[in-house]
Amino acid sequence: MLNQLTISGLAAKLAGREVSARETMQSCLDRIQRVDGKIHAFISHDDRDALAQADAADKLLSQGGSGASRPLLGVPVAVKDVIAVKNQPLNCGSNITGKFISPYDATVVEKLKAAGAIVFGRLNMDEFAMGSSTENSAFRITRNPWDVERIPGGSSGGSAAAVAADECLAALGSDTGGSIRQPAALCGCVGLKPTYGRVSRYGLVAFASSLDQIGTFTKDVRDAATLLGVIAGHDSRDSTSVPQPLPDYSAALTGTSPDGPPIKGLKLGLPKEYLIGGLNAEVKAAVDAAVKQFENLGAEIVEISLPHTDYAIATYYIVATAEASANLARFDGIRYGARVDGHDPIELYSRTRGAGFGAEVKRRIILGTYVLSSGYYDAYYLRAQKVRTLIRNDFLKAFETVDAIVTPTSPTAAFKIGEKSDDPLQMYLSDIFTISCNLAGICGISVPCGFTESPKLPIGLQLLGKPFGEETLLKLAQAYEMNTAWHKEKPAL
Amino acid sequence: MAAPEIDIKYVAHLARLHLTPDEEKKLGAQLGGILNYIEKLKELDVEGVEPTAHAVPMVNVTRADEIRPSLSHDDALRNAPKQASGLFIVPKIVE
Repeated sequence: MLNQLTISGLAAKLAGREVSARETMQSCLDRIQRVDGKIHAFISHDDRDALAQADAADKLLSQGGSGASRPLLGVPVAVKDVIAVKNQPLNCGSNITGKFISPYDATVVEKLKAAGAIVFGRLNMDEFAMGSSTENSAFRITRNPWDVERIPGGSSGGSAAAVAADECLAALGSDTGGSIRQPAALCGCVGLKPTYGRVSRYGLVAFASSLDQIGTFTKDVRDAATLLGVIAGHDSRDSTSVPQPLPDYSAALTGTSPDGPPIKGLKLGLPKEYLIGGLNAEVKAAVDAAVKQFENLGAEIVEISLPHTDYAIATYYIVATAEASANLARFDGIRYGARVDGHDPIELYSRTRGAGFGAEVKRRIILGTYVLSSGYYDAYYLRAQKVRTLIRNDFLKAFETVDAIVTPTSPTAAFKIGEKSDDPLQMYLSDIFTISCNLAGICGISVPCGFTESPKLPIGLQLLGKPFGEETLLKLAQAYEMNTAWHKEKPAL
Repeated sequence: MAAPEIDIKYVAHLARLHLTPDEEKKLGAQLGGILNYIEKLKELDVEGVEPTAHAVPMVNVTRADEIRPSLSHDDALRNAPKQASGLFIVPKIVE
């Protein structure tokens, strides 16, 4: 089944003309037809456009157009509904965006298309990427392919579920506090959040501009390297993208033994603060076993301290909501999206926003507006920015002695739909392991590292790397992956 | 340390966000809990610590002041909820 292939697996078959891009795309669409009624990963998909792109790819393939310049030629990649794809809807999982059609491509989408990918589908998400369960979508609740009574994680729940269910070969998502790594962990795929500034945010609808970063969902680590290599790089249209040389991520992984890239002598930090009370015993056991595996592969395990870990969630919910309240001010019913009329502009704004935003977005806009408001700015926002410095310094200090940090991705496996939706603080606390990475601006990856026993649910291992240290992360992750089989397991759908 | 009471009506006005009385009540209770949690940041001594606005500090990112291709007028108006004569239509602002 072509839809089950990895990018590298498909590329070999396409290059050898064993299969066509059209057959591959059709196989993904058939899979969606068969299983998406159960998991609801997609908000929409434009089949005709997808197949037309596949035909164009086949034409190029017949002319010998694959190769280094088009590493994704004929590969179906689906996109989270927060990234602009020209002439396709862009709803951010929200009603307030109305019937918005993107007038241009995000830089990452331009790059995917230039690399030959078939860019298709709008993947479900928590409204404006605010949430950890994809229950906050205005469209539908996405379900975990391993147990449809459970959440897929969030906010990129659609991306994770679609990749885990083989509805596409890979997907893009965005990660502001864990929104790629946590759903990847809960659905059992590989989720990579690059360093802040590594990937252009042009065409990504902003939630918290100083934390947001686009990243990848793939079936293995090699594909993560391939996809990152395509989407990364400086972009003059995003003034926060960093003009750093772009390494060849795939080359960092190729030419290695069946045991994976050599990681002997690399130092892995184990933060003592991450042994929190809420850490599920099966998750802990799986992560402990993974750490042991790294040791067996020659890595050196070092206990480290990130003393401000306990303050990360509070810091995050000030910084992220403050930025969100400013970013979401643009949704006012004037230039785009839905509108509810009023007698004057203020009434129009207020009614439009009251009707268009969902509960979690309203909660965060109110909190963000409050922490920025006169009299509270210093006490909340400025203080949080200072604590953010302390959190970042914790990591930079740790990286003086270790090459990467290892933690669980999420303290538990996927929870049940509705379990935390009435208690926002409990939902926020489930992000404990992923949030600091965004505050510090470093990179992180989640890879499958086991399953809970009953029900059988995926467990994710998180590796955190130095700023622009994606190569080291990918090497470590692939070395682990090549010595384990977790990533090969598929949900029964 | 108790968090200050949040005046939901006033903050909602600042945010130009209409809330129903039910929403005000529910949000008030939830935000009270969240603010109490956030109070823990006050335990830390941040005297002399520089604030971080961006994790990768970059200053004065500029580009050449040149005309470049951008959205056409039609494309910019295409998603407007109400438009006429090449303009966004809004309620009357000046009597």
